[in-house]
Amino acid sequence: MGLNNRIPAGELAQKWSTYKSTCKLVNPANKRSLDIIVVGTGLAGASAAASLAELGYSVKTFCFQDSGRRAHSIAAQGGINAAKNYQNDGDSVYRLFYDTIKGGDYRAREANVHRLAEVSGNIIDQCVAQGVPFAREYGGLLSNRSFGGTQVQRTFYAAGQTGQQLLLGAYSAQMRQVAIGKIKEYNRHEMLDVVTIDGKARGIIARNLVTGEIERHGAHAVLLCTGGYGNVFFLSTNAMGSNVTAAWKAHKKGAFFGNPCFTQIHPTCIPVSGDHQSKLTLMSESLRNDGRIWVPKKQGDTRKPNEIAEEERDYYLERRYPAFGNLVPRDVASRAAKERCDAGYGVGSSKMAVYLDFASAIERYGKTEATKQGKSNASKEDIIAMGKDVVKEKYGNLFEMYAKITGEDPYSVPMRIYPAVHYTMGGLWVDYELMTNVPGLYALGEANFSDHGANRLGASALMQGLADGYFVIPYTIGNYLADEISTPKINTNQVAFDEAEKAVTDRIHHFMNVKGTKSVDYFHKKLGLIMWNQCGMARNEQGLKQAIADIRALREEFWKEVRVPGTADSLNPELDKAGRVADFLELGELMCIDALNREESCGGHFREEHQTEDGEALRHDDKFMYVSCWENKGEQGWDLHKEDLVYDVIHPSQRNYK
Amino acid sequence: MEHTTINLKLKVWRQKNAQDSGRFENYDAKDISTEMSFLEMFDVLNERLINEGQDPIAFDHDCREGICGMCSMHINGRAHGPWQGTTTCQLHMRAFKDGETITVEPWRAKAFPVLKDLTVDRSAFDRIQQAGGYVSVNTGNAQDGNALPIDKDKADASFAAAACIGCGACVAACKNSSAMLFTSAKVSQYALLPQGQPERTTRVLNMVAQMDKEGFGACTNTGACEAECPKEISISNIARLNREYLSAQLSL
Repeated sequence: MGLNNRIPAGELAQKWSTYKSTCKLVNPANKRSLDIIVVGTGLAGASAAASLAELGYSVKTFCFQDSGRRAHSIAAQGGINAAKNYQNDGDSVYRLFYDTIKGGDYRAREANVHRLAEVSGNIIDQCVAQGVPFAREYGGLLSNRSFGGTQVQRTFYAAGQTGQQLLLGAYSAQMRQVAIGKIKEYNRHEMLDVVTIDGKARGIIARNLVTGEIERHGAHAVLLCTGGYGNVFFLSTNAMGSNVTAAWKAHKKGAFFGNPCFTQIHPTCIPVSGDHQSKLTLMSESLRNDGRIWVPKKQGDTRKPNEIAEEERDYYLERRYPAFGNLVPRDVASRAAKERCDAGYGVGSSKMAVYLDFASAIERYGKTEATKQGKSNASKEDIIAMGKDVVKEKYGNLFEMYAKITGEDPYSVPMRIYPAVHYTMGGLWVDYELMTNVPGLYALGEANFSDHGANRLGASALMQGLADGYFVIPYTIGNYLADEISTPKINTNQVAFDEAEKAVTDRIHHFMNVKGTKSVDYFHKKLGLIMWNQCGMARNEQGLKQAIADIRALREEFWKEVRVPGTADSLNPELDKAGRVADFLELGELMCIDALNREESCGGHFREEHQTEDGEALRHDDKFMYVSCWENKGEQGWDLHKEDLVYDVIHPSQRNYK
Repeated sequence: MEHTTINLKLKVWRQKNAQDSGRFENYDAKDISTEMSFLEMFDVLNERLINEGQDPIAFDHDCREGICGMCSMHINGRAHGPWQGTTTCQLHMRAFKDGETITVEPWRAKAFPVLKDLTVDRSAFDRIQQAGGYVSVNTGNAQDGNALPIDKDKADASFAAAACIGCGACVAACKNSSAMLFTSAKVSQYALLPQGQPERTTRVLNMVAQMDKEGFGACTNTGACEAECPKEISISNIARLNREYLSAQLSL
């Protein structure tokens, strides 16, 4: 099967406007009779569903949570990038495009990323119009802050709850369409297969998670907006329910999986505290604006942080990367933390943590505040108190969350942080129109692979999810559906639906009847450990080969030994989990195969065999300037197809943040 | 942080489905680390139940970082348990003493029927939002984000209301099962912003009407909702809703 990325011809900066002016259109009367299924109601799904319904299409949304508003986009903290240049600091569409390509270590598609940068400003406008309460300055205008991997202030935010506010904005738009009947919601439903007829996506099989009923839904197009697959590691910053199942079913029905090994390990998360741990909690990257990361200069130093004098501290990011300091991209910051801990400089009881310290920011803000209030002789205590108030306004909810989880007060003791799995840059392969190689099947947001290359910059996930949903899919889907206007409503009493439903019910029947001895979580935790140890922040050939063998063995054991209690015709969270973990057990193998194939280091993918003298990622552009597109061959494993990445405008070079 | 392990007795509401009448069952939770979250303690208990061939306890949860609003346990008579301003998922076992008995129930409200054990149906909240919790602006119609300066104090107050996570603790805490705090937070978010003005009148009337239709009770200003809200949404939003409602009625 050939891969056509359908990138329009012409100058990079003109491609999207040319596309929009020349793509096919569907007239309003025809839109009404075209059905679109949207799976997932996060930023990408909710924005797509609302926008498509506004255009007149008939939309159905599906989510496994009890309400669309729960999707994990809601947990995004720090912000959303947009090239508005409101700060007059030299930002532009080109710079956002350039930073994103460079941040992704030259493994993203130029045309997609340029389009993303172009529409970024529209997203902010749209969200403001919806009533999203962004942070503002005293003059009433929108406020910005800095994020990693950039030297301008282009991040818009709402305290440490930006994802929540943006999602609730998209959800409100979605609810408005539900109210007028243009969207029909299916909550507490899980998609368990894509149905294809004559090679085109024509619907899905879904399970009602409350009654266990298996349902058939037909449509002229299916959009997967189902997020990332970080939970393959068991411990990640993802929600407990986040899963790969929808994307994986699509993959098994022929959709290629792009760059599955590209995983983002976020540098600032609360460290693991014990075996009971069910998930990891992120401390927003925005904290690196004001927090300074350090470890003691002495190995194995057991003193409390406040007892360690300034000259005995190693602010290793500032030391190694003077130009970007604490604001280097995530992959660089994570590896640097691991390097210090592996070398014996880690802190806390596990020694697998570094400090994120706000003392100097508190003092700096306190002094500014004292000046503002005309208190030239304020005492040190007053200054600290005023500084704490400023920090509280900026990051209050994050500090509270840290205190609840750890029992420590981050206003007076530095936070302990360590990298954790956060985001997956890989995902379903899509063309410029966000369509997978299965016609009529689309992937939006984190579920696709296209915009972040080998490393995503902070505050770019929200941007991409909303760009895809609000501003890209409303145009590109018309280009496909224009040729479907004479296709009648999809009849779900067809062989393809019968077969897909039977496969789904057979599998459920199997889970219920294994009656093994081990819980689903037992297998999930084991898989997570294999992935973290061999396919995490550092990878090598031997470890990856071992991991592949271990995952295969674990998968075999899973199918023989898993125990799923309860029944299939009622609310049964263990059954839901079993299906998801079964898919993770296949995905994990593919991630290791992809990591093994990519014999270079780039962004978040670090092969120990390929590094520069000072430990930075060493790319091999001559051999790996391509997207790995994996085709599923069932029992025979996977075939690799390559989409060459062509850089017309940017000249890839060794990333330098020094 | 130092941690110890504690042993607890749990009294948990078990209910097979919406038709079942339900009852309390007792469980021992042994060797619980004080570093665990409350839901991790439930994970440990469920793992044991599965291993013993029993049906694990069904409960809603997802993000486990206090923002998705999915977790919903009534713990020792309080929505989300003993810690102020904290969701169940963020509640940690440090809050409890060795040997303590903990009673765990689902949200109790006519408008939130139990689906199974501790899981309830909160779709009524979605329908309240559908009745008017939005600004009618189609994608692509927006003017420049900075074309409309908004008083910082108003923007901040709007954000404080918009921080509601829609968990339903306010309803569970209220003796009347009123949804006024939830509804007023949404009404306030828009009432405080210029974007919300064109639909200001219809929004409040329609959302309140839907709230009544769903079977939520009336507000009698006892303040339990504010006290138990994990996001500390202010009860002043209810006062604002009442003002908005009154002036909307007068303008009819």
